[in-house]
Amino acid sequence: MRNKQLSIAFLCLALAFMVACKGKPSDTQIQAKVTEQLSGMPEVTADVKEGVVTLAGNVPDEAARTAAETKVAAVEGVKSITNNIMVTPPAPPAPVVDTTAAPVNAADEALRTGVADITKDFPGVDVKVDAGVISVTGELSAAKWKTLKQALDGLHPKKVDASGLKVK
Amino acid sequence: MSLQDKYKELIDTARSSGTDNLQVNETDGVLHISGEAPSGAVKDNLWNIYGKIDPNFLTGDVVMDIKVATAVEGAKLEVVTQSSNLNVRKGPGTDQPIIGKAGHKEIVSLVSKHSDQWWLIRTKDGEEGYAHAQYLKPVE
Repeated sequence: MRNKQLSIAFLCLALAFMVACKGKPSDTQIQAKVTEQLSGMPEVTADVKEGVVTLAGNVPDEAARTAAETKVAAVEGVKSITNNIMVTPPAPPAPVVDTTAAPVNAADEALRTGVADITKDFPGVDVKVDAGVISVTGELSAAKWKTLKQALDGLHPKKVDASGLKVK
Repeated sequence: MSLQDKYKELIDTARSSGTDNLQVNETDGVLHISGEAPSGAVKDNLWNIYGKIDPNFLTGDVVMDIKVATAVEGAKLEVVTQSSNLNVRKGPGTDQPIIGKAGHKEIVSLVSKHSDQWWLIRTKDGEEGYAHAQYLKPVE
């Protein structure tokens, strides 16, 4: 009698356990289903612990972040979701001008500094720098222009354009 | 006529007068000539020839950078301003404070070259500072 009671109790317990198992998928099972759901999003990773799914990774936009959460929410057994997915917009296409124009600009800056140092003693002329070319406009005596031209050439410009200069 | 032909006399003279590291390159229609002349007189002569071929250097088809070999540390330099004094500055750049003056035609000595443009000099009063190289000419 006593034994029978015990075995029934044991049976009930085992049954309850089985039912519980069936109604509550294990983390491993959830993990498998979650992974399946996220198979189209290789950039997202999921970690399951006691039915709580933690999502991580980087996606290009908010829509993808929400989509991942929605897909995971549909998986049976998921209690809650911690969405740690970061939204990282794709880097803007590298501005093409930067790679080519930047060195020119840097060279121009160096030229401009050199030109500024030289031309402060030459009132009456305007000296501009563009893409390595120094353009001189205004009016100068022949002797002063020679001094200026020698100094400007020493800066190694691509060209010294004096077509706008009047030599007295 | 190519630029090398047009400026043949200039190039030949530079070569025959012992210009070191003479480089002659044509890029985008501009002849770039550089080198180190053995003396200030040679440099002056080259600029005179250039001015003869291209009066007043107005064509813009040459960029010539001739340095003078005698402008070495310890060399005597003459201040070749038009008439004014030469500013001696604390650092290399016109944005640097002026710490002294070197008189027109004064002889100073070259301490070191910061760049082609800015040289550290010592005036006859013993002041040291930076001055722009365009106004300094080695004394021979």
